[in-house]
Formats: sequence, C-alpha cells, structure tokens
Amino acid sequence: MIVLVGILIVVAGFATRRNPLLVVGAAGIVTGLLGGLSPVKVLETFGTGFASSRSVTLFAVTLPVIGLLERHGLQEQARTLMNRLAKVSAGRLLACYLVIRQLGAALGLTALGGHPQAVRPMIAPMAEAAVERRHGTLTEKARERLRSFAASADNVGLFFGEDCFLAVGSILLITGFVNATYHTSLEPVQLALWAVPTAVCATLVHGLRLLRLDTVLARDLATASGRPADAPAGARTAAATLTAEDSK
Amino acid sequence: MIKVEWLYWLVGAVFLAMAVQMAADRSNPKRFGSAAFWGLFGASFVYGTWVADKSAPAAPLGAAVLAMICLGGLGFTGRGTPTTTTPEQRAASAARLGSRLFVPALTLPLVALTCATLLKDVHLGSGLLLQSGSEALLGLGIGTLVALAVAHLLTRERRPVTALHAGRSLVEAIGWALLLPQLLAVLGTIFQASGVGTQVGRITTHFLPDGNTYAAVALYCLGMALFTVIMGNAFAAFPVMTAAIGWPVLITQLHGNPAVVLAVGMLAGFCGTLATPMAANFNLVPATLLELKDQYGPIKAQLPTAGVLLVCNIAIMSLFAF
Repeated sequence: MIVLVGILIVVAGFATRRNPLLVVGAAGIVTGLLGGLSPVKVLETFGTGFASSRSVTLFAVTLPVIGLLERHGLQEQARTLMNRLAKVSAGRLLACYLVIRQLGAALGLTALGGHPQAVRPMIAPMAEAAVERRHGTLTEKARERLRSFAASADNVGLFFGEDCFLAVGSILLITGFVNATYHTSLEPVQLALWAVPTAVCATLVHGLRLLRLDTVLARDLATASGRPADAPAGARTAAATLTAEDSK
Repeated sequence: MIKVEWLYWLVGAVFLAMAVQMAADRSNPKRFGSAAFWGLFGASFVYGTWVADKSAPAAPLGAAVLAMICLGGLGFTGRGTPTTTTPEQRAASAARLGSRLFVPALTLPLVALTCATLLKDVHLGSGLLLQSGSEALLGLGIGTLVALAVAHLLTRERRPVTALHAGRSLVEAIGWALLLPQLLAVLGTIFQASGVGTQVGRITTHFLPDGNTYAAVALYCLGMALFTVIMGNAFAAFPVMTAAIGWPVLITQLHGNPAVVLAVGMLAGFCGTLATPMAANFNLVPATLLELKDQYGPIKAQLPTAGVLLVCNIAIMSLFAF
C-alpha cells in the first residue's frame, strides 16, 4: 500500500500547481525508496530512464530551421497565402489538417506535422488569416480559442492515427510488455487493426467540432464588438442563428 | 550504417552550443542558470549513449537529471531578449521569397518519409544504411539537416550561428517543460520497479462486482484515462493498469480478446493525454509555442473530444472483445 504515496504526491503537487519537474522528481524518489530500492539504485533508474527516453526530445533538433525560416517571414507568408484562398474557413482548414495528420500518422509518417514544425509556423497563422478575412481583427479571446483548436487538431490527429501503424512506439510497447510479462505471442498487426474503430470515431467527433468552430468564433467576435450592425454579414447571420438556438 | 546515437549526439551538441550562447547573453537575467540547465541537458544526451548500452555507470546521469530538476524546478532558468528581424523586415522578406519559404518546411517531412519507406531496406556494404527500427527518427534528423541547408540557400543566410540563435529563442521559450516528458518516462520505470501496478490491482478488484464484464471494461478504460491524467503519459499508465485489471480480470478471468482489450485500452489512455497538463510536450509546450495567455487553452479545446472518445472506447471494447 505504501508505494501508492507516490501517486498521492503527484495528485497533491498537481492540485497545488507546484512546478511539475519538482513534483515528478519527488514522486519518483519517494516511490523508489518506499518500494525497496536503495538510494543508489534510485539514482541509477533516473539515469537509465533518461537515456532510454531521449527519442521524445528529438524534435528539438528542428527548432533552428523553423527559427531561421520565421526570421525570414514564414508566418507572414502563411497568412498571405491564406488570404488568397478565399473560400476556406478556419474550421474547414483545421478539419483538413486533422484528417491529413491522422492519415499521415496511420501510415507511420508522424513527422508530417507537429507543433513546432507545422502548427506554429503554418497552420495557426493560416487559420487566423481566414478568420480575419471574414471578421476583421481578432479579439484576444477568439485568437486564444482558435490557436488552442489548431493545437488540438494536431494532437487528436496524431494520437488516434499513429496506433493504426504497426511500428509505432505505443504498439511496440504493448507487444513488448505483454509478450515479456505474460509469455504470449501477440502480433502488432492485430493491435493496429483494432485501433481503427476508435480512429474513425476520433475523426468524426473532432472533425465536427472543428467545423462548428467557425460558428463559435463568429458568435465570440459578434458579442465582443458589441456592435453587431458593424460586423460583416457572415458574422451577423451566424450570431443571429446562434442566439435563436441558445434561447430554445 | 547511420546510427540513431549519432542523432542524439547532434541534439546534445546543439544544446551545448546553445548553452554557450546563453552564458554570453547579457539580456537574460538568469543566463548562468539557463546555460547550466541546457549544458547539462546536452551533455546527458551524449553520455546517455553509454548508459543505454550499459558500458557506463547510470548513477552520474541520474545525478545530472536531479540537478536539472532543481535548476528548472526552482526557477534558475530564464530567457533573453532575442535579437531578431523586425515585423517590417519579415514582411519584406516574405514578399521577396513568397511561397518558396515553405520549401524547407516541407522538405523535412518529405525526407523523413523517404527514409522511413524507400531507404528502409537499402544496404550499404554489408549492413543496412539506416539503423533498423530507428528509420523514422533518423529521417527526422536527416530531414532537418537537408531542410537547414535548403533554408540557408533560399534565404542567403551565410552564418550558421543565426539559425542556432533563432532556435535558441524557441528553446528558451519552451524552457524546462522540455525535460518533463523524459522525466515522466523515468517515473513510469520507477512505478513498475516498485510494484505500484500490483497494489492498484488489489484495490480495484476489491470494488469490482464479480463477473460483471461491462463494469470491468469501464473500470479498465477509466483507470487508463485517469492514470494517464496523473502520470501525463499513457505509456507509463499502461503497465500499471494492465497488470492491475487488464490482464488478470479482462483477459484471464473473462476471456476477452487480448488484441482488442490492449489496443483499445491504450487508446483510452490517449483520451487522458488530451486532458492533462502533465503531458507537457503535447499540451503545455504548444501553448507556449503559440504564445497563448492561457496555458490550458489546448486542453480546454480537447476536453469534450476526450470525453466522447472515452465513451466510444468503452463501447468498442465491450462490443468486440467478448
């Protein structure tokens, strides 16, 4: 029972908003010591754990390229490009990105997209330009919401796409753990197949929410301006429809 | 053969070079703390090679990780004022280069894709060209180098140090959160070594009505999501919850199809990843990258989707596994 103190430390640290590094470090040390590991063994586990998980930090190597391109106007160009594609709304753009991200990940192309490589330099500025074209300047609230949804499209696409691919970390972790612990011979292909139903649900659920984002943003911007008569036609109609719906 | 460890050395070298830049950056009020944190990070990436193949003691690396926790956790790291281009210069440059600016950004995934598919089975001499099992990671590394070269040609930027400075600004903006994902992997290892899974199993089976399949399925999926929220990582939650109820109850006792139970169980955990600030690299790092005021913005956008998908997972497992 006493080893569960580590979980309590994480929950308590999380609830009191302490620095996550300190919380996780403390939980690791306490759990290890209570679980009967010697102090040296705990230190060694920190070392081996860090060494074997280095792949999750690899994306940092792409940051200099992205930084260099941003110095030369990558974000600005993404906005310009979006201004030319007149008919694509922010919601549709993000829904497209969700599907592309998910299909890419399902084919093992997890590098196709990502927050530093795609969302920050390209997807988020494109989506903002799309909204600005319809409604003029974004309010801070609308900008925050739009950028948050841009990040969410990447996460949902990646998480529920990659498991349909055989040689991905999570699938290999399942077979590795189960075959080693319970002496079975589970094949990655069976697991990848059973990830498909959830993947379809994810596309439908999040895709629809992204498409609805256009309406939500139009309402946000209409209420923020407080002068619906000045708002562009699209925003006004959408806001009017929504008020009608809300009053039901 | 190109080895994945070379790529880790490259990342280590980049962090070390950035640490030198940070130490010299007088606009950063915490320049020495930042330099120490990223210097240790870079050195650990390189030293990790010999820890991973067990030819060097792991304890010094563990001590370095604890030192990084203290530096990052107690507020010794900070950021400088980046010397970068003005908005006017950027607009002018964007007008001059046009959509060619996307070429390097798209080169990266294309090279990564080529490495993961076409170059996967290419032989060089007696061995494979790319280390087996790491093609995707190596693709990311090689793709970055190619994209960097293309970006330099395109922007006519001569000094490589400019890209390093630009990357350092982004690294400083992300800050200590970059260490958290690896630290969570460490926590998972320690939880497993200390028998946390067995204990959680004892508690959960205590509450479980005997032989009720649906209750057991719901408990496994909710447990995966909840543990992932706590640990920030479905990989860390999976061994704990599977040892607790997934294997002993759902598969051994209720004869569930292992492939369905385990695959959908992992995906139930991913619903938790969408909802937790502990999954820093997916939720907090993007919030900083996108310069959001509300660092929980992406989580708020994801919560409804995560809830619906968790219900979907419970339904899929109940329908197809039994």
